Amino acid sequence: MKYIKFFLVGILFGIVMSKAEIISWYRIYEMFKFQSFHMYGIIGSAIVLGMISMFLFKKKMVKTFKGDDIHVMPKKEGLSRNLLGGILFGLGWALAGACPGPMFVLIGKGVVSILVVIFGATLGAFFYGLFKDKLPN
Amino acid sequence: MDFIMQPWEWYVAGPVISFVMFLLYYFGERFGVSSNLETFCSIGGAGKFVNYFKIDWRENLWNLIFIAGSIAGGFIASNYLTTTDAVAINPQTVKDLADIGIMNAGQTYLPDEIFSIDTMLTLKGFAILIIAGFLVGFGARWAGGCTSGHAIVGLSNLELASLIAVIGFFIGGLIMTWLILPLIF
Repeated sequence: MKYIKFFLVGILFGIVMSKAEIISWYRIYEMFKFQSFHMYGIIGSAIVLGMISMFLFKKKMVKTFKGDDIHVMPKKEGLSRNLLGGILFGLGWALAGACPGPMFVLIGKGVVSILVVIFGATLGAFFYGLFKDKLPN
Repeated sequence: MDFIMQPWEWYVAGPVISFVMFLLYYFGERFGVSSNLETFCSIGGAGKFVNYFKIDWRENLWNLIFIAGSIAGGFIASNYLTTTDAVAINPQTVKDLADIGIMNAGQTYLPDEIFSIDTMLTLKGFAILIIAGFLVGFGARWAGGCTSGHAIVGLSNLELASLIAVIGFFIGGLIMTWLILPLIF
């Protein structure tokens, strides 16, 4: 039963991604062409409000529903890792027109071919695990 | 109900996404979609080949449930909360896409030149889908996050690592959009 809340939050996420057309390939292309404010407004406003959430978590003004402190795990530092990994991700994001969240939402929309993209993404994650010790950090 | 049925503006969507992130932390977890790809590897037995994937994937079950919910959300939105599949993109974007061989942009939700079943069943079409996915999966895990974990959580948390990653996302995205896509179609 404790998982139902995550399913419900996921439904909200899937609906907003669909309704704001974030899962449309065209919106991503348009963003990288700088021809619309839409995606920048979405990501920007999410971040600005996110900063408020982070502030409330750090000041312990908001705790988990169980009353525990909320710690946000910092991302791994490393110029090569973040920049080179980021560039590969960006190439794929602009080609697929979808990052991992939208890929799943598109299944719900009935887009069969997105399963091939998700398979590719899983393969990519596997190959990262295979070669991670040989990659620069 | 009109408000729901229309496409949602950025100033509705951004706050809702931020609220999703807030709820996941409030429920004691975190916001990051691409780590599910590693969980898939673990479930598929990748731990037999690579120690990195030897994890107890049940610890990430909540995140799998979250993406299952997002699939349901996509189904609900497209079947019950939407009147048209058209996407009102910039007319200039439509023109630019026609110039590189992607026709009727915005009249459907996704371009047939990439996502139709017919395209998927060609060698080139299949390769594009696999390669795009591979880059997303490999890149996201190398960078340690995707748009959710780095762009939204990381930047909200004022992390330098995430700023570098997001700059990388844009370098890659701009190269693909401006230089590579025109050569593909």
